[in-house]
Amino acid sequence: MISKLDESLRFNQTALSLRGARQELLASNIANADTPGYKARDINFSSALQSALAGTSVKLPMATSSVMHLEGNAGGQIMGAPVQYRRPDQPSADGNTVNMDVERAQFADNALRYEASVKFTSDELKDMLAALQA
Amino acid sequence: MSLFNIFNVAGSGMAAQSQRLNVVASNLANADSTTGADGKPYRAKQVVFSATPMGGADVQGVKVVRVAEDTSPMKIVYDPKHPMADAKGYVSMPNVNVVDEMVNMISASRAYQNNVDVLNTSKTLLLKTLTIGQ
Repeated sequence: MISKLDESLRFNQTALSLRGARQELLASNIANADTPGYKARDINFSSALQSALAGTSVKLPMATSSVMHLEGNAGGQIMGAPVQYRRPDQPSADGNTVNMDVERAQFADNALRYEASVKFTSDELKDMLAALQA
Repeated sequence: MSLFNIFNVAGSGMAAQSQRLNVVASNLANADSTTGADGKPYRAKQVVFSATPMGGADVQGVKVVRVAEDTSPMKIVYDPKHPMADAKGYVSMPNVNVVDEMVNMISASRAYQNNVDVLNTSKTLLLKTLTIGQ
């Protein structure tokens, strides 16, 4: 029974952790808006959530032309999801790819969705409490 | 807890931008300093930002690695009455470009504000998280 209660909260818990991790990535993009050579990074949220729920990790393998080649894996990971670089739409001379408009918009969007997840989790707990007290 | 780390990341961004603002203030204040501690005219200074890992390889804050001196030539002004004039009546004025410095100042100020907003949003999110189950 307890494991079922736990299971019903797992989705929102995973979503919250991922939102938090993404918020951190976006914060580091904004902090490094003037750092020469800094590449803006982000995760693909929907695929990251899917793989985190399934407990698998998605890899970005290097292209190989022979089975004898070593399998390489690019970049870091956040909860099993690969951290990817943003494709710059206006490259700058110093190699920095942070577009402040995009980052601020994504940051606000992510914050709102985080709050939504908090609300969903809270409501779910309230539902459980109501069922227990009925 | 990833959201707490945003305080470090945004804080490093604010510290770096305020140091940049400090250097701009120094450059503007010394735009007419024809002599310094070493007896030479003041040289404009610029901060050099560098991304530094903070609580994970993919999450990066900013730090000022060094303050570089502007190597561009000094402005030579003809003013025989000036106490620092050479035998031919020319004075070496600091290589501070006031327009560049004003632009730098606005840029630093905006970047600082961005980091403050990031910090405030994260704080709001953390407070919201504390209300789960209430």
